[in-house]
Order: sequence, then C-alpha cells, then structure tokens
Amino acid sequence: MTPVRYALRMRSLRVFALCVMLAGLAACGGEMGTGSAANTLQRGLPSDPETLDHHKARSTQAAEVLRDLGEGLAGFTANGELIPAAAESWDISADGLTYTFHLRDGLRWSNGDTLTAEHFAAGMRRLVNPATAAFYAQMIADIDNAVAIVAGEAAPEALGVEAVDDRTLVLRLARPTPYMLSLLTHPSTFPVHPGAIAEHGDGFARPGKLVSNGAYRLEAWVPGSIVALKRNEHYWNNDATAVDAVNYHVIVQNSAELNRYRAGELHTTSTVPPDAFAQVKDEYSDELRIAPYLAVYYYGYNMTKPLLRDNPALRQALSMAVDRELLAEKIMGRGEAPAYSWVPPGVNNYEPTKVGFASLAREEREQLARTRYKEAGYDKDNPLQIEVRYNTNDTNKKVAVAIQAMWREVLGVEATLINEEFQVLLTNMREAELTQVFRSSWIGDYNDAHTFLSILQGGNAANMPRYSSEEYDGLMEKAALQVDPERRRLYLEEAERVMLSDHPIIPLYFVVSKHLVSPDVEGWGDNVLDYHYSQHLSLKAAE
Amino acid sequence: MLRYTLLRILGAIPTLLLVIALAFLMVHAAPGGPFDDERVLPADVEANIAAAYHLDDPLPKQFARYLGGLLKGDLGPSYRYRDYTVAELIGSAFPLSLKLGAMAMALALIVGVTAGTEAALHQGSRIDRVVMGFSMTGISIPVFVIAPVLVLLFAVKLQWLPAGWSGASGMGRYVLPVITLALPQVAYIARLTRASMIDVLGRDFIRTARAQGLGTRTVVRVHALKPAMLPVLSYLGPAIAAILTGSVVVEEIFGIPGLGQFFVRGALNRDYTLVLGIVVFYATLIISLNLLVDILYGAIDPRVRYR
Repeated sequence: MTPVRYALRMRSLRVFALCVMLAGLAACGGEMGTGSAANTLQRGLPSDPETLDHHKARSTQAAEVLRDLGEGLAGFTANGELIPAAAESWDISADGLTYTFHLRDGLRWSNGDTLTAEHFAAGMRRLVNPATAAFYAQMIADIDNAVAIVAGEAAPEALGVEAVDDRTLVLRLARPTPYMLSLLTHPSTFPVHPGAIAEHGDGFARPGKLVSNGAYRLEAWVPGSIVALKRNEHYWNNDATAVDAVNYHVIVQNSAELNRYRAGELHTTSTVPPDAFAQVKDEYSDELRIAPYLAVYYYGYNMTKPLLRDNPALRQALSMAVDRELLAEKIMGRGEAPAYSWVPPGVNNYEPTKVGFASLAREEREQLARTRYKEAGYDKDNPLQIEVRYNTNDTNKKVAVAIQAMWREVLGVEATLINEEFQVLLTNMREAELTQVFRSSWIGDYNDAHTFLSILQGGNAANMPRYSSEEYDGLMEKAALQVDPERRRLYLEEAERVMLSDHPIIPLYFVVSKHLVSPDVEGWGDNVLDYHYSQHLSLKAAE
Repeated sequence: MLRYTLLRILGAIPTLLLVIALAFLMVHAAPGGPFDDERVLPADVEANIAAAYHLDDPLPKQFARYLGGLLKGDLGPSYRYRDYTVAELIGSAFPLSLKLGAMAMALALIVGVTAGTEAALHQGSRIDRVVMGFSMTGISIPVFVIAPVLVLLFAVKLQWLPAGWSGASGMGRYVLPVITLALPQVAYIARLTRASMIDVLGRDFIRTARAQGLGTRTVVRVHALKPAMLPVLSYLGPAIAAILTGSVVVEEIFGIPGLGQFFVRGALNRDYTLVLGIVVFYATLIISLNLLVDILYGAIDPRVRYR
C-alpha cells in the first residue's frame, strides 16, 4: 500500500470513528417526546413565533399562539364579532375620548394569582416603553402621550391609562379612535404578570416561566418543531374550553404541512400549497375553508423618481392594462377577488371606493389604457421600458409573468422582471432608488379601513410608493377627529377615492385565507381577520 | 508532541478569527436586517429596536462586541428566536443533526457494502442487475424528491410511519429521515464496493485462498473484504459532507429541529447572531477534528514524526 493511500485510509477511519463516538454521546442525551393524546388539537404553524413575549412579538403566527395564551379586554367570536373578554363591559364617553372598562370578577393568571386592572395598565406602559423595543408600540398610539413615550420624550407613567381600582380600567385617548376596542383584542395590549417579569426579566416568555391569562398556558416549546399548550384551569371561562391541549406544529414547507394533514397528523393547516390547490379542492372539498381575508396584493410605483411620479397618465395606463378578473380567477384561482380598491371588502362600516375604470368592459378599458399610454408619450414604436421587482416565490412569479404579458399585449410595454430575495427587495423598496414597479402586500391589523388607508399617508414608514398628497392627508386628518362614525366613514371613503385617482399603486387582488380543517373539528368559523382561537374549537372524537 | 499540539492550537486561532471576520462581514453585507419586514415600523419604534439590539452601532463596534462575547463563550441572543440564546439553539439542534447523520451513515455502510458485495459475487446475474439498477436510480434522484415520495407512501397511504417529527415520539420518526439521507449514499457505496470487490476477487491471493479449499463466504469475509473496503473508506469524507448538506433539506421536509434548518432559516431571516454562531461552531469543530486526526495519526503511524 502506498503511503498516500494508507494516510487517506487512516484519516478517514479516524474521522469516522470520531463521528460515531460523538453520535453515541448525542444519542445518550434526553429528548422531549410530544405524543398525541386524545383531546389534543393538532394545528399547523408556518414558522416559529419569534417570541412569546406578547409585547415583542410581531408575526401573525406569534399572534395566533398568543391569542390562545393570553386575553385582552375585548375578544372575538369564531366568526369575528367583537365581544367582551377580560372586561365584562365598558362605557365610552360622548366625545369618544374616555373608555372605562369593568373587568370580570375573579380573573386569575395561569398560576392562580389574581389578575387586576393594574396588570393591564402595566402591560400597556411596557408596550410603549422604549426599553421594551416593542414592534407594535404604535398600536396604541392614540392613547394620551403614547407617541411621546415611544419617542423617549415622556416617561411611561405618563400614558393615559389608569387602574381606578382592581376591576376598573380607564383609557384616555388623544383623539377619538372608533376601532379602539378591536385594538384591545391584539396580543400587544394583553396584561403582564408583574411577578414573572420581576423574577425572570425579559426572559419570562419560556416554558416553566411564562404566566398567562388566556384559555391556555405554555407547556413546552421546541424551536423549529413544536409549541405545546395545555388548558389553563384558572381561566374564567375554563368550563367553555373543550380542547385540553393544543400542539402547534412548526412546518415551514406548505407541501410538508399538506402531507402531514393527509397522514392524519394535523387537524388544521395554516394554508394550502398553491401548486396542490386544484388537487386539494377535488380531494378534500368538504374540508377546505376559503374565506375573504383583510389583505391586499398590489404593485407599487416608486413615486420619488420622475419616470412615474411625473406621469399620471402612464400610471393609469399600466393599471388599466391589467385584467384583474383573469389574474384573480385564472392565474390565482383560489377564491381571490379582483382588486379595484385599496381597502378590501368586508371591513366594518366601510364601502370601498373602486377605481374609475372598474365598471368598463374589457375592450373599452383596454382602449382607454392605450389612449392614456399615448398621452403619456409612448406607443408601439416608442415603447416604455420598465423594471418590475418581486421577491422570489412561485405565486409572485406567476403574477409578474402574467402582468408582463398583459402590458405587452395591450400597450406594447417592455417590462423586465427582476426577482430578488425578500430582504433585498425590502431594502430596495425602502431606499426607493432602484425600484420602478415593485410587488408588495398589506395585511390589516384590525377590522377598520384605517389599518389600510393610514399606510398611504405622507410620512408613514410603510408607505412604500412614497405617495404624498395634501388632499389625502387632509381628509385622513378630518376623519381622525370625527366622532360620528357615519361622517368619519364618508371622509375615509373620499380619501380612498382621491388616492385611487392618483394611481400611486396598482391593487391586484384581495387575498383569501385557506385552511384545511378536519371533519373531527367543530366550531371553526371563517372571519376576515383569519383569527382562530383554539378555545372555540372542539374535537368530535374526544366526546 | 506536546509542543506540536500547542503550536497547532495556536495556529488554529488566526484561522478561526479569519473565518469569524469573513462571516461577520458577509452576513452584514447582505441587504436588509433581522427586523426588516413589509410592515415597516414608525421611525421612533424602529430606532428603539435598533438601540435595544445594538444594531445602530457602527460595524467595527458591533464586531468588537461580538468578539468580546465570544471570548466569554457567549454567542449572543438569537434575533429570530428572541427567547433563546444561540448557544441554546445549537446545543439542542446539533446532537439531533449528528444523531441523524450518524444513523444514516451507518445504514448506508451496512446496506451499501452488503449489496455491493452480493452484486460482485453474482456478477452479471439478476441480483447484480437489480442492485446496479437500484443504485443508479438512488444516485440520480435528489433528496427533495425522495422524501415526499417516501412520506406519501409510508405515512399517507400505508400510515406505518409518521410524516413529521413533532407529531410522534420514539424511534419511528427517525426511520423516514434516515432512509432519505442514506439512500443516495447506499447507492454510491454499493457501486464502489462492487467495482472494488470484482477487482480484488480477481487477484492472485484470492485464487490462492480458494485453492486452499475455502468457501466463497469465508474468502470474502476473511480475505477480500478488507482490501475491497479501501475506496469506500476514502469516500467517507465526501459522504459525511453530503449527509450534512443533505440534512438541510431533510430537516425542513420532516420538520426536524436540527442545525441545518436553523442555519438556512437564520441566513434568510438575517439572524446575524445565529448564522455567525453556527459558522463559529462548525469552524471550531472542523479545525479541532482535523487537529485530533493529525495527532492520532502520529500516534498510530510510526513513520510520522512531529517537529
């Protein structure tokens, strides 16, 4: 044997032996088994909650778990109607600026401690405290002094929230906020257990430490795998809770989630994979739940660069050239609705305004689009060359290819599609240097048109097109100061009309929520916020 | 010998530092940050978050802070899993990835060598053709195809095994991931063993052994297997690398909380500390393994002398 071969052999042997040794060591380590018990609800979750500290959480999947663990002053039924939760009732002053909440008698934390109004006040103060660095600090921006506290200009104690006694909480608002109650269903407004923070500091949101006030308590959490909840025996409405334990299975790939549902390992899925949709619809038509969702998928124009900023006719032409019916029904085909407005249908006390051309027949619309395109200074011989940026995924690609084709056919536009990793696209959108047309979407945080319309106000950080209109901002301001819900609605609708006729965006379609729900599950309700509290669900097999 | 070991350890420090510095620069050079989202936050809120996670410091200061933490053995908190530290995540994920990898490797060796030997002994027969056909398929089908097919067959249709990690307990949940990881290696090892075994079986010393009246099984076990294993052993290095990288896909499909999944998700989420932590961990592991092998190598092979 040559020395080289010998050396190779020895080296490989050693590495292998070491690996086996290490693996042996690893195998000795204990690991948690999370078996499936009878009355346990198995739910799919598209990724781990980034934290279960409800003041620091941000993602929809964290909120889903947090709504099981905690409870706010108000809550929702399975069908999305607002109902009293930790508060049994409330009074709102005539000027809409003072809210007085009356808490239920005998509220307790999951460790048996008494839950008082002060814990809610402490929670909200922690939310706006700059030291907390909360992602949803702006959620209660309308409470007195909240904005100043977030900016570090006032102490958290200055927040307009006061526990008058153990069961009475008063909120003082800086301006009437008709959707205040629905904000108080959001996990960021849930109370904190003062003892848990005093004892564990910011690391309190872990199994064995987290004290919660909702229908469930945290039993275990293996990052990348599972979040396991158990019934909270101290919850005021524990008798109404049907399911004893909830396992949230973290499944990143939606095709893997579908397979686990098929294998009977999940009762509910977080979504349905786009490419398997037709098959699922055939196979599980009774278990598929499609419902309107407060979310809009849109293309934005970069309104800081002359190409699009200075050419409203061009913005309109591009928007008009898109066949939204074809896009929603044929390209997407999962129940999505064509979007001719920015605010989705189904929002409380609001009738979305549609863009002017929504009522035109296809031929007419395309004809008008060509006219506008010509007015903008382009035609077949002098076509517009434009870049469309989207973040890499199959759905975005399908949409982009379809729009590229529609623009080419109707107007002769030469669009270049650029797919970018999500974080790259976000950076480009924020810098607004490279972008021309970009893909984005917006999901409502609460059931009010404000959650959509406020985004496009000048100075709003999430205003990706950098749309800026004094008229729009003025109408939004008028709506904000209006106590009468009817007049407020008219201002908001007018604001949307103004914005849509400026065409800073191309609304494309309204997203739908898609879930598979096992026939064993009862109590599932469809709602526009896509909230599904485990406490509303029960399992047939367990009865 | 001691002097050599110390020198090697000292020599490893600059290598490690270079790896850390490069990794640090690369994750920070990637556009976007750990807290960027379509839901852009108000400026004040964003400033508070940047301050809380020291992301508003200049890069050199952030690097110094990171190195300072490393010296104390602190890999920092994860940005994506904010209730956990990077050390905790690696500590729980690595043993799992390792266990999975080792099981797959063992399975690949046992099945691959047996099948390859059988094929070599019955060269040209039906067994040979089946084994070679199967191994050709195994090599050509990628892991992300094998895994869903196995899941559909054994978990969805037959319901013998769990489709996902978190829904089951015990050894059952290892079966499909281990098979998925092992299959391409089984195929490769079977082909290597067969070729090498055919070569060895034609050698003079095997003819001598047979001439002494030994049965085929004994000849193979006692005389042919050892020399025939040499190419397989050389292939172990690449095989381990393939299993480690293959585990990323397998972990994601089966929902296994292993290191590969954390690494990929960490990079996509710009979880700087988690990605850096895993890089530092892997770099340290590889450097120490190499060092250990070199030292052992000298202890075993008298021709190697350390200076």
